[in-house]
Amino acid sequence: MARYFQLLLAQLRLSLLVSAQYRVDFFVDGAIEVLWTTTALAPLLVVFGLRTTVAGWSFGEALVVVGFFTLLQALLEGVMNPSFVAIVEHVRRGTLDYVLLLPADAQFMVSTGRFHLWRSVNMVTGCGIFVFAFHELGRRPTVTSVLMGMLLFAAAAVLLHAIWTLAMCSVFFAVKTENITDVLSATLDAGRWPSAVFRGATRLVLTFVVPLGLMTTLPASALLGHFDGRMVGAALGEAVVLSAIARLAWRRSLARYTSASS
Amino acid sequence: MSVGRELLRLFAFIRIGATGAVAYRTEAIVWVLSTTMPLIMIAFFGAVTRDGPIGGHSGASVVGYFLATFVVRSLTASWVSWQINLDIRDGTLATRLLLPVHPLVAYTAESIGSMPVRVLGSVVMGLVMLALLGSHALAQDPVIWALWCASIVLAWLLSLAVSVAIGALAFFVDSSAKLMDAWLAGLFVFSGYLFPVDLFPARVRAVVDWLPFRYQIGVPVELMVGALDRSTALDLVLRQLGFVVLGAITVRLVWQRGLARYSAYGG
Repeated sequence: MARYFQLLLAQLRLSLLVSAQYRVDFFVDGAIEVLWTTTALAPLLVVFGLRTTVAGWSFGEALVVVGFFTLLQALLEGVMNPSFVAIVEHVRRGTLDYVLLLPADAQFMVSTGRFHLWRSVNMVTGCGIFVFAFHELGRRPTVTSVLMGMLLFAAAAVLLHAIWTLAMCSVFFAVKTENITDVLSATLDAGRWPSAVFRGATRLVLTFVVPLGLMTTLPASALLGHFDGRMVGAALGEAVVLSAIARLAWRRSLARYTSASS
Repeated sequence: MSVGRELLRLFAFIRIGATGAVAYRTEAIVWVLSTTMPLIMIAFFGAVTRDGPIGGHSGASVVGYFLATFVVRSLTASWVSWQINLDIRDGTLATRLLLPVHPLVAYTAESIGSMPVRVLGSVVMGLVMLALLGSHALAQDPVIWALWCASIVLAWLLSLAVSVAIGALAFFVDSSAKLMDAWLAGLFVFSGYLFPVDLFPARVRAVVDWLPFRYQIGVPVELMVGALDRSTALDLVLRQLGFVVLGAITVRLVWQRGLARYSAYGG
């Protein structure tokens, strides 16, 4: 375990060194990421200028959901999608062989293969949104709710990673699949609203197929101090089950991989 | 040199564009799949209007509005800035300059070539709109529809001009692609793509009316759903024309200055 933590730090350091080479890019990209995040806030600002609640959520409460959405998006855009592009290259060129030969778990190595640190700037923006939200609500979250929020966010990150892994496995079956990252990002976009916004079939899909409700609304409810034991259990359970399925799919897909030379 | 030959050349480039659009049809499908924003906004405004209309928009009109944004965006979006940026940076532009057609004409023709695929997508979405909401969700006045036709062409030209101008900034700065990203962020917020611009507070709206964004998406959308009367519509379309002229002047300026600086890589 400690070894993998060290490995993670090493991979992070490598990405940091790469981004430090292009300092101007780093700042420009960071600024543009923050700009994009504010576009997510614009509809809320406009609508809550005319209304006090939407689907039972106040402005401050809806902001907490956007905060968690921003954090997840930062993970997807900053860590997962760059690694996806890297693995597509590996498979196409056959350099995945080198990754497989490393004395470490291959799934870990490809998942942490490439970080776009400037995209992770939104981790900070996300926290800023939480501060704004609780200022708006005029109260502070309790220690328990912060811990619960963090636990559920960790589960959300695990869930996202599992879904990402399942998408990644398609690389072994089709050639040109980088665009799947766009579809993943576009799907995640639906997580910016509290799940009560959605009705009917969409709601079913967002609860069971792509569990965005569990990933952004549930941690937000927890941070706001509402715990629903059953839902928490469901989120943790789903994170474990989906990760196991993703692990299995990864193994099966890898078995199909014949390196470029054979 | 006859006009006929010039036209023939132009058609050759339109064909290149069309072939490209067909060859990368999977990418086109992926693009449609990843254009989820109008649907996400429908869900959000659906929840908002459940408690009553907001700023004159009811539940059904909101659905119509965002389906219309989908149609307008797929008809007018322009990605040529990425292509120009790439061509300038990797030196492909040198080859393009040797062709007997002005590069800007070629880029425009290629963009026209991708139209059939886009029109197909928008017609499907338009039919969905009709089936879901009935014909009263769309404008009824033929004059408005005539203006809509002008407006959609102007919106496409304006998007193209913006895209070319920003792409051509690659002559001066390292990566103009990032500027395009920044422009897109502005476009999403101020064009009526994420929400109808009439929901802005009056003071912000006054500013929005003088920004180019609304004329790229908002105006044709509002025309399409019948939100504008004839005189307002005419006024807005004329302003659109003004922005297109401004855009064309900017393109000319940036392109000529840029080209004078351009020394092809390895040349």
